[in-house]
Amino acid sequence: MTLVKYIGKRIFYALLTLFALVALTFFMMRLLPGDPFIGQKAIPEATRKALDAKYGLDKSVLQQFLMYIGNILKGDLGISMHYNRPITDIIAQAFPYSFNLGMRALIFATIAGVLLGIIASVKRGTKWDTISMMFAIIGVSVPSFIIGALFQYFFGLKLYQWTGIKFFPITGWNSEMSKILPAFALSFGSLATVSRLMRTSMLDVLGQDYIKTAKSKGLSQKKIIWKHAVRNAIMPVVTVLGPIAATVLTGAFVVENIFSIPGMGKFFVLSIQVQDYTMISGITLFYGAFLVLANLIVDLLYGLIDPRVKLTELKE
Amino acid sequence: MDKLDKSRFEWVGANALEGEGIARPSISYWKDAMKRLSKNKTAIVCLGVIILIGLMAIVVPIISPYTVSEQHYAHTNAVMGFKDPTDGHLHLFGTDKLGRDIFTRVWSGARISLFIAITAVFVNFIIGIVYGGIAGYMGGMLDNVMMRFIEIINGIPYLIIVILLMMVLKPGTTTIIIAYAAVGWTGMARLVRGQLMSLKEQDYVVAAKVMGAKPARIIAKHLLPNTLSVVIVNITLAIPSAIFTEAFLSFIGLGVPVPLASWGTLANDGVKIFQMYPTQLMIPALCISITMLSFNLLGDGLRDALDPRLRR
Repeated sequence: MTLVKYIGKRIFYALLTLFALVALTFFMMRLLPGDPFIGQKAIPEATRKALDAKYGLDKSVLQQFLMYIGNILKGDLGISMHYNRPITDIIAQAFPYSFNLGMRALIFATIAGVLLGIIASVKRGTKWDTISMMFAIIGVSVPSFIIGALFQYFFGLKLYQWTGIKFFPITGWNSEMSKILPAFALSFGSLATVSRLMRTSMLDVLGQDYIKTAKSKGLSQKKIIWKHAVRNAIMPVVTVLGPIAATVLTGAFVVENIFSIPGMGKFFVLSIQVQDYTMISGITLFYGAFLVLANLIVDLLYGLIDPRVKLTELKE
Repeated sequence: MDKLDKSRFEWVGANALEGEGIARPSISYWKDAMKRLSKNKTAIVCLGVIILIGLMAIVVPIISPYTVSEQHYAHTNAVMGFKDPTDGHLHLFGTDKLGRDIFTRVWSGARISLFIAITAVFVNFIIGIVYGGIAGYMGGMLDNVMMRFIEIINGIPYLIIVILLMMVLKPGTTTIIIAYAAVGWTGMARLVRGQLMSLKEQDYVVAAKVMGAKPARIIAKHLLPNTLSVVIVNITLAIPSAIFTEAFLSFIGLGVPVPLASWGTLANDGVKIFQMYPTQLMIPALCISITMLSFNLLGDGLRDALDPRLRR
């Protein structure tokens, strides 16, 4: 019963957040200067009225807002001013690239970050710890667009000049090799976050009494780490997967631009530069909704895999 | 047992003052923390680097013979250390595609980037401490509503809110600060609230209350000073995130307007031509990375120095 309550609560908050996002986008767009029908020629009053009526601009703000929500629920995000195409079409075409890139980065960041964190905590105080944590702090401190450009320069351009073999293409999204550099550049920051978190969490768990018990009953180091420590220490990492997905997807805006990948990020940055307002609000809504959903899934997953969440809910 | 021989004992006297005296000089919490920080070589080096970057950002644009937007068409994309043969001026970092002196641009960019980061974090700090202070001290229903509000804001990725705000407001330094401050305060508010929740149950707060202290005095005199250490660490770690946000926004075309330069716009210009002139990207990239790294390492050092749980 409590688990149902927990799930219900999470879904309620997700819906509330989505509503806030839609309202925010709607009112932001209303605040923008300009008028859709201002052109070089003055429009006759009657035409103007007809146009307003056609697009519902003669209705009250509240009615317009309800229409806006209605359209979104029908899956209609409007038409891009720059491309003159439905925004949902553009998203359907570009999102698979971004999703593919993002998933690669997310999976790599999680696995490598967890492993790095385990190594650093188990070998605490040794050079392995220092090296992994230096790597992590550099990862946190260097923005992904800089990493992307540096990779492109050294692994794409210079490596080709030195060896004469084209290992990594520097632009595009065709061969498997062309996907390595962008995915790695995108994952770098999140990898660092995960490894730092995993190290702290592991150190915390390794100091617990049950680890001492496991040691004193003669369990091997390997078993203690994998069976007792990692399974408990990995919980905080699960909770940050939602925010990390957000970092990865927004980071893709710039990484896709650097590597000329035809994903959403490229469209988004272009729409900002040409001030294609409908496209910006459409993509913003889509991204926001996607990430709210990702957060919801992570929350639900956490409720399912961590028995302690159920316990605290029971106490309440 | 025989009688004890009293002559074997001697009265040494007792000094009441000496008994009350403290053997070792007492060290205040902050002195102790500073002592521990000064032992952390990495943190001290980072502090030095930050001060150096700050000084360069203040001094270089003043003493430089060039202005930010001054163009020398005769010497575009000059290499590092290029010396102008006509007037003998040195372009230490070379020039960009319009012949503007990169050394000057980098340090006036540092001015803008650091100004944005520090102001934005300061605004966050004020909002966060007031919001978190009220929620944490009042508790109950009000706290519940205030925290749910934060939860909703945090549900939406902050870069998306910032981008939306940037579209509506006019581009410029103030706009970036407003946009970042509009969403960045939630972390600070949560932190302050959490601290207050645990602190207000402490005995000395109850004692102050019993003696008739007003809530404002309790918050200002007893609660906030005790949250200061975590807040300082949080501020130090928030600055690199603000620097990153500014660079990110400039990079996707929402930064400070031309001809002004920030590290983000410089990196953006550099990316376009870095295959031919890699230094034009490397220099701003290095500046961003070194500054963020220094603040992050200093923040880590401060956390170790200020965290009482690590005291030995």
